[in-house]
Amino acid sequence: MSATLTQERQPIEGTTLFDGDMAQRGFALNAMCYSFNDAENREEFRRDEKAYCRKYHLTPEQMRAVEERNVLGMIAAGGNVYYLAKLAGIWGLNVQDLGAAQTGMSVDAFKSKLLSYNEYGGAA
Amino acid sequence: MTEIVGGYFTSHVPAIGGAIAKGLQGDPYWKPFFDGFPPIRDWLKEEKPDVAVVFYNDHGLNFFLDKMPTFAVGAAHEYHSADEGWGLPVYKTFTGDPALSWHIIESLVADEFDITTCQKMFVDHAMSIPFELAWPDTEAWPVKLVPIAINTVQHPLPSAKRCLALGRAVGRALESWDSDGKIVVMGTGGLSHQLDGERAGFINADYDRFCLDHLMDDPEALVKDSISGIVEKAGTQGVEILNWIAARGALGERPLAKRTENYHIPISNTAAASLVLEAV
Repeated sequence: MSATLTQERQPIEGTTLFDGDMAQRGFALNAMCYSFNDAENREEFRRDEKAYCRKYHLTPEQMRAVEERNVLGMIAAGGNVYYLAKLAGIWGLNVQDLGAAQTGMSVDAFKSKLLSYNEYGGAA
Repeated sequence: MTEIVGGYFTSHVPAIGGAIAKGLQGDPYWKPFFDGFPPIRDWLKEEKPDVAVVFYNDHGLNFFLDKMPTFAVGAAHEYHSADEGWGLPVYKTFTGDPALSWHIIESLVADEFDITTCQKMFVDHAMSIPFELAWPDTEAWPVKLVPIAINTVQHPLPSAKRCLALGRAVGRALESWDSDGKIVVMGTGGLSHQLDGERAGFINADYDRFCLDHLMDDPEALVKDSISGIVEKAGTQGVEILNWIAARGALGERPLAKRTENYHIPISNTAAASLVLEAV
């Protein structure tokens, strides 16, 4: 591996780069989430989550993360947040709910944290 | 000769679409963001562009991980919005400009950019929300569309330097396009934000300020960072700045002036910005 590519792999705290390894690991989970662009599929998932997960051949790790609503677990199992957001939508969760879940904060605390950046960035 | 009127840049956070659907533009949370748009609408009313060439990224509506092009140029007669799965409305259909699309494709490939061509593609909120913000309350979009999608989802992403070069090559194609029409270039997404991981909620106003201050006169300054460096500074989804960098490239070397700029934290999990660089 070249020096440049090695440098690219320097870890960033609290961050998973969705690269080839993750894309391979997460394919089934992401494929399931991609299917949720279709309302009928969302309904089918709501009717029987486990059967729907099996239909998409989720790995045991992915099945468990979905069952436990474990967002970091889904990321670790190769889930990409753009696709996971479609699954979260079925559960009535938005990206701020996901942010709270991943940082261990309450949704209000997570929103307050975002608002606090305003002091640095300045409003309009 | 074709006239390039300038560049319109904006965040495309899905929640903006929700706020528009609910009529929350004047709500205290939303107003500082929406206040950025009347000057942009005024500019577009003055210039009346005929075509928008838009650099954006797809979020899993048109492209899935089975086929993920690094750069994809739309060449369709029309582009449809569709259900993205999380409750946004389905937006108006866009009319394409296939002749211009194919001219860009020919020119890019001759310029050794080996892009993917799409005669059929859905466009998601990253396209529709910037249009809704620019041209609200219209029956039909007043401009034709040439969409250019950049992979900001699955690493390896194209480098910022490569995105700037792609944009410059698109700019050369536009300059050699023989028409009486006017073109607006658009870049959508960003600025700093991160939706995933323990660092979710990360925002970096200093880096955003750097981008807003250098995009017009020194875009090279934005392309010194590696993709990993940009992720570190801007967040995992902050890499959408690549769309802004490519759009800046398409404006070429012509003199530009900053017509209007707005920056506001937060919209959902994102530092939101809008900007017009006007050709002068």
